[in-house]
Amino acid sequence: MSTTLGTTSAVAIDDVSVRFQSKRTEVTAIQQVSIDVAPGEFVSIVGPSGCGKSTLLKLVSGLLKPSSGTVTLLGEQVRGPRHDIGFVFQRAALLEWRSARRNILLQAEMRGMNSAEAGRRAGELIEMTGLSGFENALPHELSGGMQQRVALCRALLHQPRVLLMDEPFGALDALTREQMNVELHRVWRETGTTVLLVTHSIAESVYLANRVIVLTRRPAVVKEVIEVDLPAERDYSATMARPEFASATAHIRDLLGAVTGQD
Amino acid sequence: MDTDRTDRWRGVVERTWRPVALLAACLAIWHLITVTGMVEAYLVPSPAKTFGLLVDKWSYLWGHTWVTTYETVLGFVIAGVLGVLMAVAMVYSRTIESTAYPILLFAQVIPKIAIAPLFVVWLGFGFEPKVIVAVLMAFFPVVISTVTGLKSVDTEMLELAATMGGGPVKTFVKIRFPAALPHLFAGLKVAVTLAVTGAVVGEFVGSNEGLGYVILQANGNMDTPMLFAGLIVISLVGVLLFLLLDLAEKLMLPWHASRRGAAVTTLLAKGTA
Ligand SMILES: Nc1ncnc2c1ncn2[C@@H]1O[C@H](COP(=O)(O)OP(=O)(O)OP(=O)(O)O)[C@@H](O)[C@H]1O
Ligand SMILES: [Mg+2]
Repeated sequence: MSTTLGTTSAVAIDDVSVRFQSKRTEVTAIQQVSIDVAPGEFVSIVGPSGCGKSTLLKLVSGLLKPSSGTVTLLGEQVRGPRHDIGFVFQRAALLEWRSARRNILLQAEMRGMNSAEAGRRAGELIEMTGLSGFENALPHELSGGMQQRVALCRALLHQPRVLLMDEPFGALDALTREQMNVELHRVWRETGTTVLLVTHSIAESVYLANRVIVLTRRPAVVKEVIEVDLPAERDYSATMARPEFASATAHIRDLLGAVTGQD
Repeated sequence: MDTDRTDRWRGVVERTWRPVALLAACLAIWHLITVTGMVEAYLVPSPAKTFGLLVDKWSYLWGHTWVTTYETVLGFVIAGVLGVLMAVAMVYSRTIESTAYPILLFAQVIPKIAIAPLFVVWLGFGFEPKVIVAVLMAFFPVVISTVTGLKSVDTEMLELAATMGGGPVKTFVKIRFPAALPHLFAGLKVAVTLAVTGAVVGEFVGSNEGLGYVILQANGNMDTPMLFAGLIVISLVGVLLFLLLDLAEKLMLPWHASRRGAAVTTLLAKGTA
């Protein structure tokens, strides 16, 4: 179902299955999954390692075709790589010969965007993510957190309506990760972008999202969808201290414990 | 500023004193062997005599050096261009890769010295057969290193490029080719030294100029000092071309050189600590 009562979803995954064919075996990564994401919504996806979360994001971006079912992005069925998204991978995937700023501008160059406009926007994003002063640094001169910020800026440069993030903060230390969470939350509130975030951190999934989707072990099916009942404006430590936060994270932890088979 | 400069000098000395000392030791041994008469002078000339000849006959040698260098550089450039084009074709087309690979390998394992006479028969005694042998020698490492380089690019980076929608040409120009450059340069450095060998082999087979010809002539006349002088000049040509490429690499890929440099200095710092 790609429409809900006439309003088009930003992302509609409809009864999608993915099977990987290898020489001897066939692996079903995703089995009949349906997910609807409303425009402007922030959805986190959690699940055991290897269950098919990255596969799900690749389906939405069109980098991978479903074996069955359909994926619809911004009202249009996904048939090949889509350009109306921003993608952030677990590793920053920066070009090591380009400065931070020119890595961000790669997005504009590939798209043939107006360079003055792109330059101005890159400046804004650099400021917003606290990269000022490091515009001309090469990736190997940046810390892991800064590299990830550059990747985030690059994914936001063309103001995509949908942002896909695959464990973007997995390689960061706890403190940097919290800062990045706060920043991402602010960016999301300021831009109104629809976000699909894959993460291993339960706290992160709850702090950032409107909804958390919990997947089962492979073949992944949707185990449960948790509505996060927290105010839109979320101060980090105040949010952590709220009882709703505690109950949501405890519930997700239970679900994950159950799906990974430690019951 | 001043300490900076002395530091830099200390660095240069640190890096060069060992090879220089080794070279000096070799010269000393060479000198000792000849002055003590352990080996007859007509078999191994003394270093003094060899270098004296280099100076005396420099205009004769210079002319021939120029010929060999010209053949080498021309062969190297042709091999470089063709090699890169070939590698690109192989990386982008499975069919071309599977078709070309066996032929390429076959062409590589054929001893160049054995087919060089054929080129002389076909093309005469001019510079063309030498250039062709140089191309054949230099081509393979360029292709192999460029293919490796083009394939080494991160798949995530390519997926990202697909979501940016620049098309294959922009992806190649902005991502794939620059990412392959460090590998390409490694291949080019090997290729240039092989191109020197190729040109000299070509000259051996049939020629009336070039350093290969000089050596062959000297051999015929039992002129060992000239033979040694020729060998030294050939080596110098190879070393010089190699160093030029090394410099070009440092200038074109500062990001790569600086990273490598950083890693090495860290290791050294650890080693001395
Ligand atoms: N190209 C492929 N060919 C074959 N199998 C694949 C391929 N890509 C993924 N898989 C398999 O599909 C399953 C899901 O992979 P996926 O990368 O989506 O997991 P994930 O949930 O992102 O895991 P993680 O949390 O560890 O990143 C895995 O079992 C993996 O082995
Ligand atoms: Mg993954």
